[in-house]
Amino acid sequence: MTGIALGGGFSHPPEQAARAFRAVLEAVSRPGTIWTVEGAVPPAPLTVAAGTVLLTLADGTAPVHLAGDADCQPVRDWITFHIGAPLVGAEGAMFAVGRWQDLLPLGRFHPGDPDYPDRAATLIVLMNDLTNAGARLTGPGIKDAARLSLPEIAAFQRNAVQFPLGLDFIFTAGDRVAALPRSTKVEGAACM
Amino acid sequence: MTDQAYNFAYLDEQTKRMIRRAILKGLAVPGYQVPFASREMPMPYGWGTGGVQVTAACLTPEDVLKVIDQGADDTTNAVSIRKFFQRTAGVRVTESTGEASVIQTRHRIPEAPLREGQILVYQVPIPEPLRFLEPREAETRKMHELEEYGLMHVKLYEDIARHGEIATSYAYPVKVEGRYVMDPSPIPKFDNPKLGDCPAIQLFGAGREQRIYAVPPYTQVVSLDFDDHPFVASKAPHDCDLCGADESYLDEVIIDDAGGRMFVCSDTDFCAGRQAAGHRGRLSPAEVV
Ligand SMILES: [Zn+2]
Repeated sequence: MTGIALGGGFSHPPEQAARAFRAVLEAVSRPGTIWTVEGAVPPAPLTVAAGTVLLTLADGTAPVHLAGDADCQPVRDWITFHIGAPLVGAEGAMFAVGRWQDLLPLGRFHPGDPDYPDRAATLIVLMNDLTNAGARLTGPGIKDAARLSLPEIAAFQRNAVQFPLGLDFIFTAGDRVAALPRSTKVEGAACM
Repeated sequence: MTDQAYNFAYLDEQTKRMIRRAILKGLAVPGYQVPFASREMPMPYGWGTGGVQVTAACLTPEDVLKVIDQGADDTTNAVSIRKFFQRTAGVRVTESTGEASVIQTRHRIPEAPLREGQILVYQVPIPEPLRFLEPREAETRKMHELEEYGLMHVKLYEDIARHGEIATSYAYPVKVEGRYVMDPSPIPKFDNPKLGDCPAIQLFGAGREQRIYAVPPYTQVVSLDFDDHPFVASKAPHDCDLCGADESYLDEVIIDDAGGRMFVCSDTDFCAGRQAAGHRGRLSPAEVV
C-alpha cells in the first residue's frame, strides 16, 4: 500500500460527510444544478468530488466498479483503505467510477429490478468540465428546464425510457458535482 | 453543544450512509418506497423514528431545525425530537417555518409556502397506500410494479356510493408523476395540493415499516379522484377564532363544559405570526386601548 493511499480521507467524517451528502441530495433533487463538495483528496484520475461522493455513500456493503484508468493501483488502495468497498465487475456494482467512454456500454450495469427499482447502479462520471450549457433537462426536480454539459444525449434518453428502471448518474469535475437521475428527460445538443 | 457521547446526529456513519443511499434512490424514483434497515432509536415507534432517522441522515451542523406535530411546535413529541437533535447534532432550532432549513413533521404541511433550500421530513406510520386493500407485501409490491391501482379506485368509489362523496379525509392517496401511487402520511387532504410543484425537497420515513420515499421539488402530485367526483381539499367552514384566517387548516377545540367550541389554526407558527401582525379572530381578547 502506497503512502498516498493513507491520506486524502475525511478529517472530520461525520460533519464532512453530512455536508457532502447535502450537496449530493440537492444535486439529485434538482437535476442539472451544480454544487461543490470537499473533504476528499483522492489519487488521480479521481476528482475531489468523485472521492468525496464515494467517501459519503460507499462502504463495505456497497460494491464499487472502477472503469478505465480509474482502475489503477493508487485508486484501488485508496478505496480499500478509506472506504473498504469490495471492488467488483460492472454487473455487480452499486457504484461505478470512470470517464464516460470507459463506463460504456451502459448495458453492463444493473438498472434495478421491476419490483425493486432502487437496486439500480449509480455511475459517478469523471469529467473535465461541468457547466449549465448543452443538453436540455426536464422532469421531477426541475421547475421549467435546466441545462447541463452532458457527454452525450442518446444514452441518457435510452436510460430514461426504462423508467422506473434505469441508472442514476453523478457527474464530477474538480470539486463540482451535478446529477441526472433516471427520471430526467434529456433533449438537445451534447457538449464534448 | 453537542453531547460528545454520541456521533453527530446520533446515528453511526455506516447507518447514515445506508439511509442516504436509500434517500437518493427514492428521489430518483419519486413515490416508490425504498426498503431500508431501520435502527433502534431512543424513542418508541409511533414517535416518528422513521422521520428521525431521515432527519439525522440529512442534518448538517449549519441547519436550523423545526419540528411540528399536527401543526404545533409545543407538543411533547415535537419538543422531545427537537431536544434530541439539539443534544446530538448541536443544531439551532426554531418554531418559524420561514427560518427553518429542515422541518420534521407529523400529520401536517406548514401553511407558509416552502422554498428552495428547505427539506420537509414526514413521519410515516403506514407507508403502503394499498395495505388496507392487500395485507401481503409481495402482492402490493407486484401491484406497484404492474401499476395495478384499480382496487384503490374501487375503494374510493365505494366511498362515493356509501357517503355520496369520498370520505377519506386523511392519508388521501396521490399519484406521483403519473406513475407510483403514494401515501402522503396522515396529513389532512386539505394539505394534498401543497405536495405537488413544491420548491422544497419532501422526504418520508417509516421506521417500523422500514421504508423511505421521496418527492423531489417541482414534481407532479395528483390526488386520486373521478371525473364526476373531483378531489376537493376541504376544511372546516370557519375562520380561525384567534387570527381570523379563512385559508388555514383548523382544529376544533372544546373550550367549556357547556359544549362551547372554537376553531383555531392547527399551524401554531402561522397563527401566532398572524396575531403578532394584528390579525384578530372572533374570540380574540378585547383590544386594550
Ligand atoms: Zn389562526
